[in-house]
Amino acid sequence: MQMPVPSAAILARKAEITARLRAILPTDAVIDDPAETRAYECDALSAYRRQPLAVVLPRTTAEVAAVLRACAEMAVPVVPRGAGTSLAGGAMPQEDGVILGLARMNRVLEVDYDNRFIRVEAGRTNLSVTGAIEGEGWFYAPDPSSQLACAIAGNIAMNSGGAHCLKYGVTTNNLMGVTLVTMAGEVIEIGGPFCDAGGLDLLGVICGSEGQLGVVTEATLRILRAPEGARPVLIGFSSNEIAGACVADIIRAGILPVAIEFMDRPCLEACEAFCHAGYPDCEALLIVECEGSEAEIAEQLGLIRQIAARHDPVEFREAQSADEAKRIWLGRKSAFGAMGQKGDYMCLDGTIPVSALPMVLRRIGELSAEYGLEVGNVFHAGDGNMHPLIIYNANEPGQQELCERLGAAILTLCVEAGGCLTGEHGVGIEKRDLMEVQFGAEDLEAQMRVKDVFDPGWLLNPAKVFPLRVSAARRG
Amino acid sequence: MRVTTEAELAEAIRGAAGPLDIRGGGTRRGAGVGERLEVGISGITLYEPGALTLIAGAGTPLAEIEAAVAAEGQRLPFEPAHWGAVLGLAGASTIGGVVATNASGPRRVQAGACRDSLIGVRFVDGSGVVVKNGGRVMKNVTGYDLVKLMAGSWGTLGVISEVAFKLLPAAPTQATLVMDLPIVEGVAAVSAALGSPFDVSAAGWLPGLGAVVRVEGLGASVDYRAGRLIELLACYAPRIERDGSAAIWADLAAVRPLQGRVGDLWRFSVKPSEAPGIAARLGGEVVLDLGGGLIWALVPEGTDARALAAPYTGHATCLRGASPRFELEAPGVAALSRGLRARFDPRGILNPGVMG
Repeated sequence: MQMPVPSAAILARKAEITARLRAILPTDAVIDDPAETRAYECDALSAYRRQPLAVVLPRTTAEVAAVLRACAEMAVPVVPRGAGTSLAGGAMPQEDGVILGLARMNRVLEVDYDNRFIRVEAGRTNLSVTGAIEGEGWFYAPDPSSQLACAIAGNIAMNSGGAHCLKYGVTTNNLMGVTLVTMAGEVIEIGGPFCDAGGLDLLGVICGSEGQLGVVTEATLRILRAPEGARPVLIGFSSNEIAGACVADIIRAGILPVAIEFMDRPCLEACEAFCHAGYPDCEALLIVECEGSEAEIAEQLGLIRQIAARHDPVEFREAQSADEAKRIWLGRKSAFGAMGQKGDYMCLDGTIPVSALPMVLRRIGELSAEYGLEVGNVFHAGDGNMHPLIIYNANEPGQQELCERLGAAILTLCVEAGGCLTGEHGVGIEKRDLMEVQFGAEDLEAQMRVKDVFDPGWLLNPAKVFPLRVSAARRG
Repeated sequence: MRVTTEAELAEAIRGAAGPLDIRGGGTRRGAGVGERLEVGISGITLYEPGALTLIAGAGTPLAEIEAAVAAEGQRLPFEPAHWGAVLGLAGASTIGGVVATNASGPRRVQAGACRDSLIGVRFVDGSGVVVKNGGRVMKNVTGYDLVKLMAGSWGTLGVISEVAFKLLPAAPTQATLVMDLPIVEGVAAVSAALGSPFDVSAAGWLPGLGAVVRVEGLGASVDYRAGRLIELLACYAPRIERDGSAAIWADLAAVRPLQGRVGDLWRFSVKPSEAPGIAARLGGEVVLDLGGGLIWALVPEGTDARALAAPYTGHATCLRGASPRFELEAPGVAALSRGLRARFDPRGILNPGVMG
């Protein structure tokens, strides 16, 4: 993974730059001691690290605007950061850039049940948005696995998904408005507690723009009344192909579960060893969750049982109690941690057409053998969002590169199967250099034109998303 | 000029000497100036019911797509809105026109807008360059989301040649609660329904009928939820409509009460709780959708409905009348929108004047 050569001129001006930041922010909001900035040297893609020039932690939109205006004037790049949980390196610093962290902006600003929205500062964590309203029986739907830690700002930047987006959609489908600060320091309100854009859908392109168009400091989010109940069922199969066929049949039958999760044997074995979830001994496992009243759940699970029966399941286990439901989810929710017991891992995020599942899983198995690295699969099967986990040893010379090559081969396979490089994690630095596998030059040019409009100087998170060669002329 | 392939479309835009008036089925009142460019790129190119995805040429008639997916027990989630009749325009809507205007119907409260179901586009920009974005999978965050940007851009950033959608299973059963209420109580009733756990799929208010709330799904589930909603809304004396349910929502999606009437036609997209106040200030006849969040209003010709309705949180669109079509944007937003148009259509030839 390459980063642009840091600007020697900026590095030489570090004292002047931090002095200017200190002049516009409270003293405790600027960090430039390398011992302290080290905490910000990476995000959850910890294989890649860079020391930032400085870190700022503003408390208000006005402070964010002041920082951006100053950095724009000094031509210093800025990398926005929510909670630093990006799996794609979206918040990884650059050495000649300032990290702008939103962690101190975490207040709830407005809750309106009649109009079904909440307005929060964007540094607030995902789960604590629901936390603020669940007492009244409401929730915020997008639920990335990192929801305990990840910030709404990062969710918006990456257009994060989650296990339940089959029914409720991803961040962009639940985002109604933002307060955006541009690199020039201008504060702009886009959208709000009403439906659809009054002109061009700027909100739609801001969501998922990986912190390259502006810094979102506040967000208006759609909230929903929680269903009366939810219950999962676990279904074991003798092959990946059969499990894949069962997924397609459930969808074809007109049932819309809130989640259909898929785990293959390597992943199941790791989970069993890690947390003894009591999963059956099988090649592939589905967890299907349905929502509603008791009677509604029973109706849907009854249909799913009939469909599953046609595919000779090794086991069909319906949760009979809250405790059993928890156990069914336990392994799935610990899957990444369980795989982590086997070694270092790289988590991929390609999406494929659901119909291509059996073929893609078979090819991943072949590639795994070819490269000599174990791959476990745990993913959202209902929408084809794969999460192959490649196990490797980062301390063994050459393994990181081998793992990256296998990752690239798997993602290329996803694109060739009609899918895409990333379904919910974002491009960041991780998939940046693969963008040309999916897009032609004109496609990338059209996307970069949007950045030209929002950030003409290409100072916001400039080394991400677009291959460095492709963006070189614009980055100056 | 009518084009039937993407290559012809690109050629037509590259060779254009001046403004182009871009048309699908002619049901949504386009620019009205410049040379007419009719997008006739028609046909479903991929439909995988097992993957809930469909790809079609932008000029494919909406009716053809709705029939194809209905034959497999599926549907477009956003319940496309048919504007032709209320605008007094003959013609058959195309899927590209639906996308270009982000024209969603009553199910928008539950399943999102057209832009939320749209997963991929191909378009030709103002320089005649073909661009693709998104794809054919349901979850995709690879690069910027130009799919959303194209939806509702009224042809001003590029002319859409192909669209990809995610679909949903069609619900086998539906039921509608009808409550004979004036607007104020009507909005309170539908708001209570939308704030319940009973998964309401549409909520509105129609003159002569009152407040309406729909539930859809498997039979027993519809019965259960309709029953619980009747309990919840007991103070509004709801009656339940089963056989007539679909017709109510077809009427609302087509704004039937305002069809064939003289006057200017407006859409207000607002905070739902503001709807009764806005309707009172407008004075004319209204139809409410999206729990009050969408107001269709008929006002005397030449009325500045925005001034009349103010204050409101949201925006108004003049679909028929001499007033500016779109709400004036705040300076920062307007500058970004202008910048995007200048980059995607440097000659300013795509539906000029439609969006500002």
